[in-house]
Amino acid sequence: MNFENQGVIKRLADQYGPENLAVVLGNSEASGVEVFAETVTEGDPSYAGPLAGVSLKIPVYHVLEKDVMAVVPEAMREEKLQLSSLVIDVEPMRQVLQAAREKL
Amino acid sequence: MLNGKKVIAIGERDGVPGPVIAECLEGAGLEVVFQATECFV
Amino acid sequence: MTDSSKAVRVGIEGVFYSLAHVPDLVRYGSKPSRELKANPALEQQLKNQLRSFDAATAYAPHQVYIGNITPAQLSNLAKPWYDNLIEGAASNGRFGDLVDQEWLYSLLAQADQFNLVTLEEKWFHEHTVNHANGKAVRVGPLVEIKTLCEKGALELYAGERLVGAFEPGHAEDASLTADVLLENLAAKVTAAHSLASLLNALKLSPEEIDFVISCSEEAVGDRYNRGGGNLGKAIAEEVGCANASGSDVKAFCAGPMYGIVHGASLIQSGVCNKVAVVAGGSLAKLGMKFESHLKKGMPVLEDVLGSFAVILSQAKTGEPCMRLDSTAFHPVRGGASPQAMAESLAEKALAKLGMRLTEVDRYAVELHNPEITVPSGSGDVPRTNYMTLAALAVMRGQIKKDQMEDFVRTRGMLGYAPTQGHIPSAIVYLGHALDALRNNEIKNALLISKGSLFLGRMTQLSDGCSFLVEKSEK
Repeated sequence: MNFENQGVIKRLADQYGPENLAVVLGNSEASGVEVFAETVTEGDPSYAGPLAGVSLKIPVYHVLEKDVMAVVPEAMREEKLQLSSLVIDVEPMRQVLQAAREKL
Repeated sequence: MLNGKKVIAIGERDGVPGPVIAECLEGAGLEVVFQATECFV
Repeated sequence: MTDSSKAVRVGIEGVFYSLAHVPDLVRYGSKPSRELKANPALEQQLKNQLRSFDAATAYAPHQVYIGNITPAQLSNLAKPWYDNLIEGAASNGRFGDLVDQEWLYSLLAQADQFNLVTLEEKWFHEHTVNHANGKAVRVGPLVEIKTLCEKGALELYAGERLVGAFEPGHAEDASLTADVLLENLAAKVTAAHSLASLLNALKLSPEEIDFVISCSEEAVGDRYNRGGGNLGKAIAEEVGCANASGSDVKAFCAGPMYGIVHGASLIQSGVCNKVAVVAGGSLAKLGMKFESHLKKGMPVLEDVLGSFAVILSQAKTGEPCMRLDSTAFHPVRGGASPQAMAESLAEKALAKLGMRLTEVDRYAVELHNPEITVPSGSGDVPRTNYMTLAALAVMRGQIKKDQMEDFVRTRGMLGYAPTQGHIPSAIVYLGHALDALRNNEIKNALLISKGSLFLGRMTQLSDGCSFLVEKSEK
């Protein structure tokens, strides 16, 4: 996750308390998701960004996970997310994120 | 699950971009406190 | 199909693509320069993983880029491509070339009109004097080069040997620092090389060009005019297009596609007869993902500056052309979702021609080489874009869900362009498209580019531009 966004998340965690936050991702593939998840739960795994060594324990979701899609109004889901759910293979990402959430 | 949480939406240009995640979750009645789109290329 | 007599066609005479292999400039890419400063130990690791010109030449995606291998042939080649180099690969291609670092340094020195570049005289005479073609180049003894570098000039290396200095253009102007000017001059000379090579290949004289549009991603200017631009005219001058003026088109990665639309409009309106649309390489993007390449024991693959030149003129019967009337943009009201982008850029372009998604023989999207992007977690960008088009075709009932992979395989291709921003964005395929059209392998190709405007912090919007290419009928 780029350092700019890490910095914003850190600031928001200070402002609202990390227990009141959730991160929702829109990655197209699983390869980047694991790093993103670790960054906002345990800390930046590259030890280089603002969240290096900062363990926020914020739960992370992907917008196309069934439970997230379910809360989106149907018309909006069809117009804005349906095509992406045909393109993006959510299952590997859901597994990674579910595991990260269970660790919290 | 997401109920009562303030949402940070980090999207991807060719995946689901930040503004789209934000619109969808605001439509669900959630508060989105930050959204961004990362472009990896 | 719409009435053919209403079609608006502009001829594409030819295209040329060049890669300048610059391993010792990778350290000046945006990401490497920041990371090496923060962690100096990385510098040796980076140097250990730089590849030779021969390895860069024999790298399959580069051979596709310059036209010696087709994208279809690439899918049959063994991976990883960096470990399965092509035997006997040539640095000259059907419609492109690879230029080595010595040549690139010489081009920088030749194009420099402000005494920014000084080359070490012994090295110059040993290695690159022939490239200069008699043009004046500033040279000096090694002691002078060292002094300039101590005073703040950027060091130009050839391996471990210090062979040149690149000075700032102004002591205090942040827009004229050495690194900004190196980036800009590199864009200028790589674009000029592509245009000069294209004119040579088409046996055109530079004086026949009446306008040059540059569409790269540098910012040419000074502190009062940071992005003043018109690198196009500087490139026209460098190539000897004495009758041409120029201007720049800027639209992030979609720049080249917009450049062609604007150039084609100049032809169509009769304002110009022959327009060159050119783009130089992006020095800032060198080594963008180098850390993940180092971690995985891969060579540093982002060691090339990509450039191209296209020449547009009146359409000729039986020759490839672009359908100016198919041009589609992505309006402000168009949403950011992949569906909204695909509707604006694919569906609408085709609707103007009365065509369905399934009537396009080949789509060219963001064609970034996945071997570069996947190791860093950035995914396979072409595949994601092709799947999006296939998914739209499913939603429109034109194909079934189980036909998506087939759609991607037959109408798409593997990515092969270096991650140079504007270069991979659809335009990189034009050379192969022209060949495939002339050979009647395809009837048409839809080129779709996207731009991440949000990166500039002026808007949250995404953007794009698309048009169809085909053969001109009577």
